[in-house]
Amino acid sequence: MKRETDTGLVSRGFRGRRRSASADPARVPPGQSVTRDFPVLSAGPTPHTPLDQWTFSIENGGVLRTWMWEEFRALPSEPVTADIHCVTRWSKLDTNWQGVSVDTLLAEVDHHADYVLVLCDGGYTTNLPIDDVTGGKAWVVHTYEGEPLDHEHGGPARLLVPHLYFWKSAKWVRGLRLLDEDEPGFWETYGYHMYGDPWREQRYAGD
Amino acid sequence: MAGTALRGRLSWRVATVTAVVDETPRVRSLQLDIPDWPGHLAGQHVDVRLATEDGYRAERPYSIASAPGEAPVITVERLEHGEVSPYLTEDVRPGDAFEIRGPIGGYFLWRPDDGGPLFLAAGGSGVAPMRAILRHRRHSMSKVKARLLYSSRTVEDIIYRAELAGEEVVHTLTRAQPPGWTGYTRRVDAGVLREVAWPADEQPLAFVCGPTSFVESVAGDLVALGYAPGRIKTERFGATGGR
Repeated sequence: MKRETDTGLVSRGFRGRRRSASADPARVPPGQSVTRDFPVLSAGPTPHTPLDQWTFSIENGGVLRTWMWEEFRALPSEPVTADIHCVTRWSKLDTNWQGVSVDTLLAEVDHHADYVLVLCDGGYTTNLPIDDVTGGKAWVVHTYEGEPLDHEHGGPARLLVPHLYFWKSAKWVRGLRLLDEDEPGFWETYGYHMYGDPWREQRYAGD
Repeated sequence: MAGTALRGRLSWRVATVTAVVDETPRVRSLQLDIPDWPGHLAGQHVDVRLATEDGYRAERPYSIASAPGEAPVITVERLEHGEVSPYLTEDVRPGDAFEIRGPIGGYFLWRPDDGGPLFLAAGGSGVAPMRAILRHRRHSMSKVKARLLYSSRTVEDIIYRAELAGEEVVHTLTRAQPPGWTGYTRRVDAGVLREVAWPADEQPLAFVCGPTSFVESVAGDLVALGYAPGRIKTERFGATGGR
């Protein structure tokens, strides 16, 4: 019924479909499948903060800097094309976003933080090393494929950190808390990996 | 809390299929024997990994449909263009084995101490974790009142039909109804929820699981009815055929 190989168990009669021929395997991390859809995943109801009540803040215990929506939208935006990888095993290639680089936001405060905790509507949080959100690696995006970002995909604004699993690209983002030490966010508290590198399959704590 | 229990490394184990139950023409439950299974909580899931002889692997998450203390059971819906679900629903037979790791997940779960009242809303195979929760409530003699609102396309598509025939379950059939059907006959909307969900002033604890469109609308309607967003836990599966 079953046989062992060097790589582990073989599933009797399973042929698999392999990756779609159109996707470049070098762009798809291990354990991921390419989708053309944009699945929605979140832990609770979708928040709907009105734009006139929306703010984005950088804090470190006290608030260092806050932008209202209009102020945030007046910041320089840049286009970003990226492949995204969700821990639930789908990847989506060549997604097009527009947003404000986190470098632009952090340039307005004086800090020496080593980590950030991303703060979102609904109390959701996620943690990242500062080096992973600076140097042109992360954005607060407000536009997806030329349209304002849908609420169910994190609108009006979400973080985009495409080189890590997509739960780090927190939806409904409202601010960054600057930290000296790493502190688990929402999914990280519930057993997901503190860092989340898709190329090293860091899905769960201990991976 | 469950999160701390998950801090250890999740290793892959061999799961052997011990029983197969055809729940509907498209849905099958697999009971698994997993050596050293650490036990699970109601609402958690596992990752299943299938492998071919040449080393190709495909992994998918599945909710655990059995109660804590019972052998792990996964319930799989066959997706027309799926890669893993056709194998699990058509090819697998008792004695077959595949790799599994888990239990996973510390948020979409219910323990008797979490209380209630429990309002569960499921669309299609999103009912799998709800069965685990309802069974756990029963086995633990919990006094928490519970109600499940379950949306299926037709009566033949109702998963766990015999088990979910009690008064704590309210069904809706969205595509076709048999003669004499007395349940709801439309998609779950705010009107259905107003009639079926516990009133918001009882501070219910809600679990919603199903396709994205179902979860988006039900969770949004519950918030509109006054449910606290932080007491609505959602789990979704989409076109990637996760579940």
